Amino acid sequence: MAVIYIDHRAYEVKAGKNLLESCLTLGFNLPYFCWHPAMGSVGACRQCAVKIFKDKDDTQGRLMMSCMEAVKDNMYLSISDPMAKAFRSQIIEWLMTNHPHDCAVCDEGGSCHLQDMTVMTGHAYRRFQYPKRTYKNQYLGPFINHEMNRCIQCYRCVRFYKDYAGGKDLDAFAAHDHIYFGRANDGVLENEFSGNLAEVCPTGVFTDKSLKEHYTRKWDMTMAPSICQHCSLGCNIIAGERYGELRQITNRYNGEVNGYFICDKGRFGYEFVNSMNRIQQPIIRSKIPEAVDKNTLYNHLKAAISNRNIIGIGSPRASLESNFALMQLVGKENFYQGISERDAQLMQTILHTINSGHVHTPSLKETESADAIFILGEDLTNAAPLLALTVRQAVQRRPFEKAQEIGIPSWHDAARREFAQEKKGPLFIAYPTKTKLDALADNCQHLSPDDIARLGFAIANLLNDTAPAPQEIDEDVLKIAQHIANTLKRAEKPLIICGTSLHNEAILKAVANIAVSLGSEDKKASVFYVVEECNSMGLAMMQAPSLEQARAALKMKEANTVIILENDLYRRDAKATIDHLFEQCGELIVLDHLHNATSNQATVLIPAATFAEAAGTLVNNEGRAQCFFQVFRPKNENFRESWRWLDEFRQFKKGASLEDLNEPGDLMAELVTLMPQFKGAEEAAPSADFRIAGQKIPREPHRYSGRTAMLANIQVSEPKPPEDSDSPLSYTMEGYRGIPPAPLTPFFWSPGWNSVQSVNKYQEEIGGAIRGGDTGKRLFQKVSAVEKIFFDDIPTAYQALPGEWLVIPLQHIFGSEELSIYTHGIAERTPHPYAVISRQDAEDLNINENQSIRVTIAEQDYELPATIRNELPSGLVGIPDHVSGLSGISWPAKGILKTIAS
Amino acid sequence: MLSAKEIKKLDHEIALVPIRKSACIEALKIVQQQRGWVSDESLRDIAEYMEMSAEELDSVATFYNLIFRKPVGRNIILLCDSISCYVMGYKKIYQHLQNRLHIKFGETTADARFTLLPNACLGCCDHAPALMINNDLYRDLTNDSLDEILEEYK
Amino acid sequence: MERPLTQHISANHPWLNLKDYTAVGGYQAVHRALKSFTPQEITKTVQDSELRGRGGAGFNTGMKWSFVPMDDATQTKYLIANADEMEPGTFKDRLLLEGNPHQLIEGMIVSAYAIQANTSYIFLRWAYKKAARIIKEAINEAYAAGYLGKNILGSGFNLEMHLHTGVGRYICGEETALLNALEGKRATPRTKPPFPQVSGLFGKPTIVNNVETLCNIPHIINNGAAWFKALGLGADAGTKLYGVSGQVNEPGLWELPMGTTVRELLEEHAGGMKPGFQFRGALPGGASTDFLVTEHLDVKMDYQSVAAVGSRLGTGTMIILDDHTCPVGFIHNLEHFFAQESCGWCTPCREGLPWTEKILLSLENGQGRLEDLELLETHTKHLGPGSTFCALAPGAMEPLQSGLKYFREDFEKHIHEKKCPWDEERNGSHLH
Ligand SMILES: Cc1cc2nc3c(=O)[nH]c(=O)nc-3n(C[C@H](O)[C@H](O)[C@H](O)COP(=O)(O)O)c2cc1C
Ligand code: SF4
Ligand code: FES
Repeated sequence: MAVIYIDHRAYEVKAGKNLLESCLTLGFNLPYFCWHPAMGSVGACRQCAVKIFKDKDDTQGRLMMSCMEAVKDNMYLSISDPMAKAFRSQIIEWLMTNHPHDCAVCDEGGSCHLQDMTVMTGHAYRRFQYPKRTYKNQYLGPFINHEMNRCIQCYRCVRFYKDYAGGKDLDAFAAHDHIYFGRANDGVLENEFSGNLAEVCPTGVFTDKSLKEHYTRKWDMTMAPSICQHCSLGCNIIAGERYGELRQITNRYNGEVNGYFICDKGRFGYEFVNSMNRIQQPIIRSKIPEAVDKNTLYNHLKAAISNRNIIGIGSPRASLESNFALMQLVGKENFYQGISERDAQLMQTILHTINSGHVHTPSLKETESADAIFILGEDLTNAAPLLALTVRQAVQRRPFEKAQEIGIPSWHDAARREFAQEKKGPLFIAYPTKTKLDALADNCQHLSPDDIARLGFAIANLLNDTAPAPQEIDEDVLKIAQHIANTLKRAEKPLIICGTSLHNEAILKAVANIAVSLGSEDKKASVFYVVEECNSMGLAMMQAPSLEQARAALKMKEANTVIILENDLYRRDAKATIDHLFEQCGELIVLDHLHNATSNQATVLIPAATFAEAAGTLVNNEGRAQCFFQVFRPKNENFRESWRWLDEFRQFKKGASLEDLNEPGDLMAELVTLMPQFKGAEEAAPSADFRIAGQKIPREPHRYSGRTAMLANIQVSEPKPPEDSDSPLSYTMEGYRGIPPAPLTPFFWSPGWNSVQSVNKYQEEIGGAIRGGDTGKRLFQKVSAVEKIFFDDIPTAYQALPGEWLVIPLQHIFGSEELSIYTHGIAERTPHPYAVISRQDAEDLNINENQSIRVTIAEQDYELPATIRNELPSGLVGIPDHVSGLSGISWPAKGILKTIAS
Repeated sequence: MLSAKEIKKLDHEIALVPIRKSACIEALKIVQQQRGWVSDESLRDIAEYMEMSAEELDSVATFYNLIFRKPVGRNIILLCDSISCYVMGYKKIYQHLQNRLHIKFGETTADARFTLLPNACLGCCDHAPALMINNDLYRDLTNDSLDEILEEYK
Repeated sequence: MERPLTQHISANHPWLNLKDYTAVGGYQAVHRALKSFTPQEITKTVQDSELRGRGGAGFNTGMKWSFVPMDDATQTKYLIANADEMEPGTFKDRLLLEGNPHQLIEGMIVSAYAIQANTSYIFLRWAYKKAARIIKEAINEAYAAGYLGKNILGSGFNLEMHLHTGVGRYICGEETALLNALEGKRATPRTKPPFPQVSGLFGKPTIVNNVETLCNIPHIINNGAAWFKALGLGADAGTKLYGVSGQVNEPGLWELPMGTTVRELLEEHAGGMKPGFQFRGALPGGASTDFLVTEHLDVKMDYQSVAAVGSRLGTGTMIILDDHTCPVGFIHNLEHFFAQESCGWCTPCREGLPWTEKILLSLENGQGRLEDLELLETHTKHLGPGSTFCALAPGAMEPLQSGLKYFREDFEKHIHEKKCPWDEERNGSHLH
């Protein structure tokens, strides 16, 4: 700690930080542009100037950039010094010489850091009399809008896009007052994190194009804290609504999870909520008309839900509450996970390893500080995008630490990069094809899934010779294994990343062996598991049987009732298998938000609320339970949370009449009592009766406009705002204005700080936890390790059989995920379907690049253009998972490859 | 497509630096020397060879004054417009050039014979005004000497 | 009077090749240094000689070297000769480069030895075509003679030397921007600390010195620190290349003892003002120094004396403002240059300089207002040292702030008369 004196008052702050951070942590309003809490300082904008004095007696002082000065004990500085103030307002005046006065028509208006800083420094009148510089804008693809005239050249965009996220197609051009930020030519920004530009840019140069389609000012949005639904990482988001439409997703800072950034799938993938394809009304297919009211629905369901032969099929993309409500309705013994036997097995292996006490499942934040990383069988950029971003930061850690050794502080971004140059910390990747992170890796092994596992087993054996070793391992692979083993062993914070993307259990077992070999009782090995969906982990923890077992449990056609919760089963297993399952169903009740192949089979279809219209709890891959909240009360009253429907069915089944159905009880409390493995999940967010100073937390900012007018076309008197009995959030602008607990933060705002930069005010220290602790409750209890037991079912080396190929699914950030694909921009970014084959196989079969080939899997033919890759092992074929109808495959799949006679 | 000659020169420069990309300015110079300027297409070819994106390379190329990203004439006149030449009357020389060639700074004659560019101090202030044409320096300029000089460049 | 740097250079002679150079005692310093000095002793000698950097800032050269960490013998280090010379009005390094390249190479070998750098670069500005050709040849000669390459003179010391020619930008001369240029990047400056001595080229310890600075090194090694100190007339050591340009009878460049007065330079060496031209002021050391005026003619041209009257020695090459040249136009020309050459990294310079340029132009065009002078003054205050990222913008403000001080009446005249009082003059014929 250090004591510093700001304007003659003493403050205690952390030594070694930079002064700007320290002043902001102390709550001072010091303006800045180029500094970013995650990206550090470069000293370019000169906005953060303060006066620093040599000592107590120095009255002259010198102007210095606070972001570039390390805090030292006994430092004397002044923020309010007239010269410093004049300089800061001069900086704004300079920035404003060329900045258009277009706030009224700028998407950033009202949440603009430049606006805030302009007001903060007191610059108000224009003295610059000359024409402004103007630029041409570029087309940057479906996500990001470009308006270069507004640029204030803070360099944050390129620092984020290039240095932080590794993008290559955005840069700074020209010099002096002609500096331009953009691409070499018009074109789509390729980086998967491009959306963050909208938040990183302090003004309106890079803005959210999807918001533009239904533009609303931040202050006019109704917002709620939410959790991204599009992968297993559980990034925290803020979702905003106006006029019954979901209009924007922004990052919600969580110091332990996503920090300041989210990926483009998470930011732009929300349009499914507004989709025309929503299921609008309960439908009973045996009735005419099919669309029915609630009464008809309940009366129709009465028999079906009272059926003794009832089963419920849950979903890894539905909340714990909804899954649990279904389980309670059908009975624990009749509840099934809606995933294939193979996938259920994978999840059990993961849970088994976690529960054995040999591994630690790190948070995303923790992965950033790993000093050696080994990735097995995952393409992070596509399967768990934000993890790819944290891994990118982790590999820079070593060289940055070396910079610290020669006195370059960690926040001094330019200097540490100049020092580190291209040096990277150790990263190893084993995956069948090239991945984007390969460029950062020390060594990449392109292997079949089983051979990836064998590499893993070999490493475990080299780390601990009581672990079983694979037979007949290749000399070169062994050498690499030794190198990886040594590196992991030497590292202080080694990290293993694996997951379920290749549907290969041996990889998970190999990782378990590595973890057992690497860790010790007081320092467990860190394993980050990438799983498939936003609640895959939560569902797996419910320990229910798989789809296959559900099929087996179905007795006779007609007599069964099957309830499917928010799950398109055709994405889970082979089409024939699912068809067969449906053939055995009597009444097939489906609750979901969108029409899909499964809902098309339903005899009864019930519209479910999406995450934006519902509250719920999800468990991410790390075992962190986090809550999302209803953003808005949908106009369509049929859009109800699945758990609400299901709980009512339960009451109804028990004999309650339609008129006296109660609000559901506390489902989470019930869940935790019945399933102690979820203990803690009920505390993931404050309960509905939580109040601060007797007040709820408003979802609307206090500048929310048009409340009395926006519905005037329907009713002139202002309607009573909906009441929210499910959460401590209110649907109005009235309520507690201070800083709420992290899980209840509907937006970031602080007096004078209208933009997202106001997050500074919510943190205990800059870049640290949100005051009172970050969102989420980790459910994996600290178990002490049971004895070291190794998996010994090591697969044999992959041997392609003549005429048979192993088909593997390749993940795509845009296209592989079910819901985000409804955003047209994401659809646009989805690749055309293809089949990747090895150079060897292409030559043997005489196949040229892009030539159509036929891949036959379980008697299903897929005609796909060939993509030939040198690195892919022969005997393997890769196809993009779920892209353009490439669903309904039971993984791992055997396939036959044929050229198509032209 | 980079020519074999260009690639040979490039490889030489790349061998001298610890990081491949660091030779990118040399690469731009080599190609400009061969082709007079760096077109978008040349830029992409160089970028590919240097294992950079077009953006990364263009970011460097556009920073510097003497990498030409637009076509130039056969001969490039760099007229010093800095202080000593200002005092000694470079504006007259500029005027004279305009009268003779009918181009202003930044322009190329219709017959592509000359491109005229302003240039910061040429380092011969004791012999101002001065200009360079291609690799040749001319000092103590007068309108008359200028006429003779121009004649030498076709 | 000793002229160690230029005694063998004469305007009409070709450059000194290796043979010529060794014939006049060249490369003796390399022999001496490598045989009888430890690296630390060289640094100490240079420090004792009180040689100050001739690139403009005037920092003690030996002291600068002493910051290079020397404990790790395997550490890669670099030495760079800054031959970018783009400061308007400056033409001193050109003479040394074109006249006696081996003197520079020798200075670099000794300096590299002092910091134990095994790779060195000469960063040459693009326009110095002749120098480029000569240096290339000289480097080849030095390699052939065993002064460069592996195991120089059997000492076990290795040194590679490369010539890098820039692609034009004034900021490349700023030593940290130069590093970025050498790394093939945009030449924006870097922050100090960390100083290049600790983390420089490719993140390795690096020394950047001006050509003239480096050329002094062999002479200091040959003749000793005391000899060097005695060369100066006043507080500063050594000789200096001084230059004068503008409307004088004999513009030129001379090596003279450090501390020669402005008057002596102007009147004796440059032959006084041209007939019909009156001296109004001078920028003593390139475009980014404050004006000196008539009352300063007897000021000694050394670091301290020039600083004492509110300017800087800079590069020691003087630009004369005469009475037929409009001071506003003169300063506008400078600010135009600086605004164009701003790298665009920091706000004050990128946005502030073009504003001053626009104001000066509007004054020249007779559209100025009195408030404009206030605005200009505000700019000189807010673009000062420390406020900007590097020294370019503060340098740019030096002629402006002193111009406003000494030629205020001329500025005001532009406003009151709504035109430039020199308009007719400029269109007249006196310039021929
Ligand atoms: C904008 C700017 C331009 C500069 N240009 C040059 C230059 O062309 N040549 C040079 O030697 N130093 C130049 N310098 C000074 C260098 O940064 C550096 O101080 C010098 O090369 C160090 O050498 P010295 O210690 O031998 O003087 C420049 C500085 C600034 C701020
Ligand atoms: S003062 Fe700023 S903008 Fe100007 S050259 Fe230096 S770093 Fe670049
Ligand atoms: S925030 Fe400190 S200089 Fe930009």
